[in-house]
This record gives sequence, structure tokens and C-alpha cells, in this order.
Amino acid sequence: MTDFTLWDIVRNLLFALRWTVLLSLVSFVGGGVIGLLVLFARIAKRRFARLPAKLYIELFQGTPLLMQLFLVFFGLGLFGISVPAWLAAGVALVLWTAAFLGEIWRGCVEAIAKGQWEASASLGMSRLEQMRHVILPQALRIAVPPTVGFSVQVVKGTALTSIIGFIELTKAGTIITNATFQPFTVYGLVALFYFALCWPLSLTSRLLERKLHVSHRHH
Amino acid sequence: MTYSFNFMWLATYYPVIVKGILITLELTIVGGVLGIALGILCAFVKLYGTAPLRVVVATYVELIRNTPFLVQLFFIFFGLPALGIRLGELEAANIAMVVNLGAYACEIIRAGIQATPRGQFEAGASLAMSRLETFRHVVLVPALQRIWPALSSQVVIVMLGSAVVSQIAAQDLTYAANYIESRTFRSFEAYSVTTAIYLILAILVRQAMAGVGRLVFPRRVSR
Amino acid sequence: MSLIAITDVRKSFGQTEVLKGIDLDIEPGEVIAIIGKSGSGKSTLLRCINGLETINGGSIAVAGVHVSGEDRQLRELRLKVGMIFQQFNLFPHLSAGRNVMLAQTVVKKTPKEEARRIAEEMLDRVGLGNRFDALPEELSGGQQQRVAIARALAMKPAALLCDEITSALDPELVAEVLQVVRKLAEEGMTLITVTHEMNFAREVCSRVVFMHLGKVHEIGPPEAVFGAPKTPELRQFLGMQ
Ligand SMILES: Nc1ncnc2c1ncn2[C@@H]1O[C@H](COP(=O)(O)OP(=O)(O)O)[C@@H](O)[C@H]1O
Ligand SMILES: [Mg+2]
Repeated sequence: MTDFTLWDIVRNLLFALRWTVLLSLVSFVGGGVIGLLVLFARIAKRRFARLPAKLYIELFQGTPLLMQLFLVFFGLGLFGISVPAWLAAGVALVLWTAAFLGEIWRGCVEAIAKGQWEASASLGMSRLEQMRHVILPQALRIAVPPTVGFSVQVVKGTALTSIIGFIELTKAGTIITNATFQPFTVYGLVALFYFALCWPLSLTSRLLERKLHVSHRHH
Repeated sequence: MTYSFNFMWLATYYPVIVKGILITLELTIVGGVLGIALGILCAFVKLYGTAPLRVVVATYVELIRNTPFLVQLFFIFFGLPALGIRLGELEAANIAMVVNLGAYACEIIRAGIQATPRGQFEAGASLAMSRLETFRHVVLVPALQRIWPALSSQVVIVMLGSAVVSQIAAQDLTYAANYIESRTFRSFEAYSVTTAIYLILAILVRQAMAGVGRLVFPRRVSR
Repeated sequence: MSLIAITDVRKSFGQTEVLKGIDLDIEPGEVIAIIGKSGSGKSTLLRCINGLETINGGSIAVAGVHVSGEDRQLRELRLKVGMIFQQFNLFPHLSAGRNVMLAQTVVKKTPKEEARRIAEEMLDRVGLGNRFDALPEELSGGQQQRVAIARALAMKPAALLCDEITSALDPELVAEVLQVVRKLAEEGMTLITVTHEMNFAREVCSRVVFMHLGKVHEIGPPEAVFGAPKTPELRQFLGMQ
């Protein structure tokens, strides 16, 4: 198996990297949309909306992502649908991301001073109007750094989809390892590729956080 | 849906599950204790170490935090033998967990120490405590106390992340689920049951961490 | 008919009853000062009138309509009664002008141009006509509080509730805010102000309410309340033995 050059390995990994990136994007965007719904339910005035959202978050944050992948994979199978790995991967990661983003954003909304709710209420705004015009614009500002930070977790989370057979970066690494018997090089490169995706996100998150801190201290 | 659920297999296979639980707990405890110790050490180096040492630790922390645990595990188990380091699956799993938690704990603890007001350190020094004593009593312990909740969450995250060690055939709880699945074809039931067990374990680990916190930091400082 | 009719209002937080049966009728154009020790329930009373707290007993009616806590009705109520807070509570992400415009456009559906014109007029009224585009963080505390007053006025309320609106201000900034309130009083605005500024209460208010332990302990025109307090509690509060 000496006909595998380093370039061959890199080329094949780069090829699979596309799927890691795509799955990350889908999970992040889809998780963001559902995460907003989770957020709204979580901070709703009515208990019957808050409770399911809380349970949802507890469930997805309190169990392994791998189990969630298995459950979606085999759970959808129960309905007689033969589920392709990419679909199960996408569904599970979207649901998982939604739980985490919903909880992160709840923290941001709750960090907004109570006086903002009261002032806007005293002006006759409904809860939705308060959210839309007063609370969310402020919460959004402080939500950006942790949200970008969490995108790193999403990218890393996609690695687990290799286990249900979705061929992304990690799975490609395993396949190439089996063909080349060079696990040290291959997994080293796989790790480097993940690092190249995640590190800029981590740095951006940290930079934004510092900026927010500075602008906060200035008033 | 015509599928009918069946949990009869539990009667036969519960010992497999019990063994899986024990291994998952063992990984979590070893990972937790050694990981936090490693984290303290690294935080110390990052704050007070020489420049080259700081670079080494920073590189380690960034590498671990920006790559998937699964890949770290594969690298340790499949990759390291190329350097002549051959590990059993449990050893590899344990090392991977310690190394992983160590990096996260380092950052959490460092942030906690940096949040210590400077005056505290000077106050300690003025009481004729040695640097090390000052560090321990005035800086480290209050910092750990402050970040204990964050550290506890991280231990739970690492415990849940440990599900992937089944991929190198370490016989943890997920391995048990896979084993039962392959024998009974009751996939959904097997994974539901193990998921529920993980949820309970997560709650227990959280409680245990809170208990340790109460033991180590007996008097909560009101803030 | 009184503008605000408060009848036997009771409010508890958990086990503790904070308002123990408040009766108070306020006529249009009246300027009421509420005084009393910290914790006597002054803020809670104002918050109940504005529907920020729901009452456990009695009734509050504004312009003949009972405050029920139902959403649509709450909105109606808050259009009639504005509130100014101790901590200003300006929206930090919006300029002074936008702070004044927001509720007009969102709640009253006033067209943008009209809302802007009103905002300019109101800022002018509080002496900040030239600070339309300033962000709250660029304004002094006194200026922020005046923007908050303009913001409430822009909704054209029938009455304004002011909860210790000068207490968070540096001493040298108190006067400019009180000056604005004084002018409003002269123009006939109905005002209910919780205040520690006894001179202001004496000079501007038609009636003074002394609250003690969740009750209206003494009430009357300023000359009576300050000049001839009847109860030992009020005498003690005013620092007379
Ligand atoms: N949201 C609340 N929850 C519990 N207790 C409260 C709350 N708001 C006020 N209180 C209590 O009610 C009492 C009256 O408070 P408040 O109306 O703010 O008094 P004042 O404005 O006269 O200082 C105080 O004892 C206060 O602790
Ligand atoms: Mg008060």
C-alpha cells in the first residue's frame, strides 16, 4: 500500500471536509432557528410552554450526543423509513444544537436588566413588542461571542456522525487509515483539519468577548 | 406504526449494562480527578510559568479544545503505536479523558484565578504567608470554589462525551448498548434505556460534584 | 369623577402583606407627593397603579376603568398612565430621540414622521431639543432622566407616576429634573410622585400622602402635613420630636 502519497491522503481528507463543513452549517442554522423557538418557549409567561422547553434542554444537554444520533437513526427507522445516515445526522445535530443555543440565549435575555422590561411595559408594549424592540436587540449583542463559541462545539459534534456511517472528515480518516495503515499521519491530519476549522472560530469568539467587555467597562 | 416495543431482553442482559455503567463511572472518576489535577497544573504554568512552558501549555490547550474528542481518542489508540506507545483500550480511553478534561479545566481554573482581586494576594503577603501558602489559601481555593459549578458542568460533559470510547472497544455503557443491539435487534429499546441511564448518571455526577464542593469548601463565602 | 380611584388595595409578596388596604382618590390635575420610610410600600403602590404588580384585593380604576391585569386592558391603562423610574431605564441601544419615538410607533402606530415630530417637541419640552441623536451613555444622569420624562410624555398620558426620580442623581443634577416636573405640574399634568425632596413636595404638591407600614397614615395639603403633623410617626419621619 505504498502507492498512497501524503498528497493522496490530504486530497481525500479535503474532499470529505466538505461534508463536515456542510453538516456544521446545516446544524448551526437549523439549530439556530429551532433554538429561537426553544428560547421563546423557555421564557414564556405561561408554565405549560416553559416546562416542555426546560425538559427538552435537560434531555439534550444531559445525554450523550452519540445516543441522540443512535435514537434518531433507529427511531426514524421504526416508522418504516430507511434512514440515510446524513439525514439522521442532520436531524440529531439540529435538535442538539437547538437545545444548547436556546439555553445560551436564555442566559443572554435574562442578563438584560429588569428595568428594561418594566420601562417598556409601562409604555404599553406587549410582550412580543418588548422582545422585538427592546430585549432582543440588547441580548443579541451579548449573545454573539458565546454563539460563535458554540459553533466550535457543533463542528466537533459532527465527528460523531461518522459512527452512524456518515462519511465526513473523521469517517474518511478511518477509511483511509484502513487502506494505508498510517493511523498516526492520517489522524494527525484529521485533527489538524478540525483545528483549522475550529481555531479561527474560537479566536473570533474570544476577541468579540473582549471587545464587549471593554465597551461595557467604558460606561 | 406496527412496531411493538419489547424490553424482555433486559432480564438477560442487565449484567452487561451494569458492567458498562461501572466502566463509564470509572472513566469519569479517573478522568475527573486526574483531569482537574492536570488542569490546575496547567493553569499554574500558564499564569506563572516561563515563556516556553507557557507556549507548550497554550498549544496543548488550544489543540485539545479545537479538535473532536473522538479524533483525539483515535489518535491516542491507533496513532501512538507508530511511536511505539501501545495502549489497551481502557488505558487509551482513560488517558484521552484526562487529556481532554485537563485542557478545559485549565482554562476554567485560569479564568477563576485571574478573577481574584489583586489586593487579596497582597493581603496574604502582608500576613507573612509564603508565596505558596498565599497562593493555596488566598488564590487557589477561593478560585476553585468560584468556578466549581463550571468545572462540574465540564465533568458532566466529559462523562457524556465518553460514550465514544465504545469505538475503540472499551466496554462502557454505550458498548453495552451496541452489544445488546447486535444480539437482540432491539435497537431503539436498547438505546432508549441506555440514554435514560446516562441522564441519571449525569444527574448523579452533578450531585456528587456538588457534594465534593461542599466537602472541600465547607463554608460558602457569601458574595 | 376622579381620574384615579384606589379602593382598599391590598398587595402581598408571599406571606408578607405590603399594602394593607389603601384608599386614595386623585382628581385630574392634582399633584400628589407620596412620602414615607423605605419599605413602607410607596413603590409597590405606584407599580400597582401601572399594572406592573397585580393586586390581591380591592380595586384600582383609572378614568372609570378597572385595572384587571388582562393584556389588552393593561395596554389601554398604560397609555393613560406613564411611569418614570429611579434608574431612568432608557433603552441603551437607541438614541434619545428613538427612545421617545419607539412606543409611539410600536404601540400607537403613529406614523414615523409624526412620531419624530412629537419626539422633537417632547425633547424640547425637557430642554434637550439638541440631543436627539445622543445615545443614553453619552448623556448625564439628569439628561437621561429628562429623556425618560419626554418618552413618557410622548404617549400623551393623562397622569404620570414618578418613583424617586431624582434619587439616583448626583446632587447637582437634581434641580434640572425637578424643574421639568415643576413645569409639568404648572401645565396641569396629573402627577403622583414618590419623593424625598420635601421642599419640592411643599411647594408644588396639592396633597401629601404619608405612607407607613403599608397604609396611608396621614394625608392632607402640604401646609397641614408639614406644618401640623397629627401622628407621632409622621412627626418622627419629618425629624420633629
Ligand atoms: N418583588 C418583590 N418581592 C418581594 N418583596 C418585595 C418585592 N417588592 C417589594 N417588596 C417588599 O415590599 C416592601 C415595600 O417595598 P417598596 O414598595 O419598594 O417600598 P418603598 O418604595 O416604600 O421603599 C418592602 O419590604 C420590600 O422588601
Ligand atoms: Mg421605593
